[in-house]
Amino acid sequence: MRITQGTFSFLPDLTDDEIRLQIDYALAHEWPLSIEFTDDPHPRNTYWEMWGLPMFDLQDPAALLDEVRACRDEHPEHYVRVIAYDASLGRQTVALSFLVNRPSNEPGFRLERQEGKDRQIAYTTHAYATDRPSGQRYGRHGSHDGARSNGDGRG
Amino acid sequence: MAGADGRTSFGTSGRSAAVSRETAAEAEARRRDEEALSADDTVDLGEVRREAGVDDVLDALDRELVGLAPVKERLRELAALLVVDRVRERFGITTDRPTLHMCFTGNPGTGKTTVAQRIGELLTGLGFLRRGHVVTATRDDLVGEYVGHTAPKTKEIVGKARGGVLFVDEAYYLHRPGNERDYGGEAIEILLQAMEDHRDDLVVVLAGYADRMATFFEANPGMQSRVAHHVDFPDFSADELVTIAEGMVADQGLRFSSEAHSALHEYLELRREQPWFAGARSVRNALDRARMRQARRLGEGGDTKVGLADLTTLEAPDLRASRVFAGGHRAE
Repeated sequence: MRITQGTFSFLPDLTDDEIRLQIDYALAHEWPLSIEFTDDPHPRNTYWEMWGLPMFDLQDPAALLDEVRACRDEHPEHYVRVIAYDASLGRQTVALSFLVNRPSNEPGFRLERQEGKDRQIAYTTHAYATDRPSGQRYGRHGSHDGARSNGDGRG
Repeated sequence: MAGADGRTSFGTSGRSAAVSRETAAEAEARRRDEEALSADDTVDLGEVRREAGVDDVLDALDRELVGLAPVKERLRELAALLVVDRVRERFGITTDRPTLHMCFTGNPGTGKTTVAQRIGELLTGLGFLRRGHVVTATRDDLVGEYVGHTAPKTKEIVGKARGGVLFVDEAYYLHRPGNERDYGGEAIEILLQAMEDHRDDLVVVLAGYADRMATFFEANPGMQSRVAHHVDFPDFSADELVTIAEGMVADQGLRFSSEAHSALHEYLELRREQPWFAGARSVRNALDRARMRQARRLGEGGDTKVGLADLTTLEAPDLRASRVFAGGHRAE
């Protein structure tokens, strides 16, 4: 099941060229950008792991695009997203967030029914991927578990 | 021939699920295809120059910067070479992208930063840079305070400068010989790496005093070989400084009386010989102090009624009260 999350998620995956244009758009609005990744596809999983620090004062998309590629190389079987934050007074929120990488195989979710008192039923969505430990969820080899890089100080 | 070879369909490859990648080299190749010329075409170099705004930038440089003849000469040469390179490339002769990293040597206040900004504009016009903005960095911005701090710091600055000019002021402070624990060397290494990797969208300008720069290059031969253009900024003569001062006061809506004019000339002759003279910057400071004295003269003198002419004219006493005439800055 293809996860649809963030802007453009119902479109075909963006090419690097299209990503560059989106970054350009964010920079034109003076939104600082950052990159985050995760292997927990649950929609309520809000806090992803940061790939390095947010990049402030950029003028050109090249530097961020390089980081996107570096993050993809390190985590080819993870979800990776680019986030643009609007810091202007009155908004101060994420202005744009879109996926730039997804696992090659996305198994999807199952619905769990929990029977409670008086035959009441509570529903839960459960991602099949999260049955396995973090770092081994997608792909044949998974990613390196344990010592995962977060992008700081990489050469 | 150009455009029909499948490259034009690149933009639609996003229809496939695979996330494709376009490297800088491919983007370059695509742009080249669009502008390509065949062997018997002719090109008007003048038009190329006009389109790229080369002459606008060079003329602006001539207008705004006083003196600096050798620097302007070097820039004209460089601009001519780059224009020809661009056209040659359109004929399909693949010349390697010339190394554009530069080294500006000269005393403080000789216009290095200003020229760096102009170079940014020039290279943007010619399509060698995408934005042409200037990011100024000193040792503090590049070198970290503890192990592992330097690399992200330097990379952050390099990231900000992508598509433009990275102006490293007083670059020799990066290298501290004899201090094993200094992280400056690491910053230099990363900078070198960036100069090599991002050759197509980053121009690094190293600036500083000539003699210290020479020592710096001796200690870092890798840097020496990657910097192609060494530009030396001469000191301003007293006459040039007077012209600069006139430009500055005109910008502030002021003017010199004729006595003040000769006083200024004398002042600059003396000031140049004294320590801590910082070229145009010292002129600016001297003018600021003169304006303060003028304000005091107008407000505290016997006759406190003033007209427009009084308010906008700097008189000789405003300049002559300076310590420089009394033997100067040594007293500090």
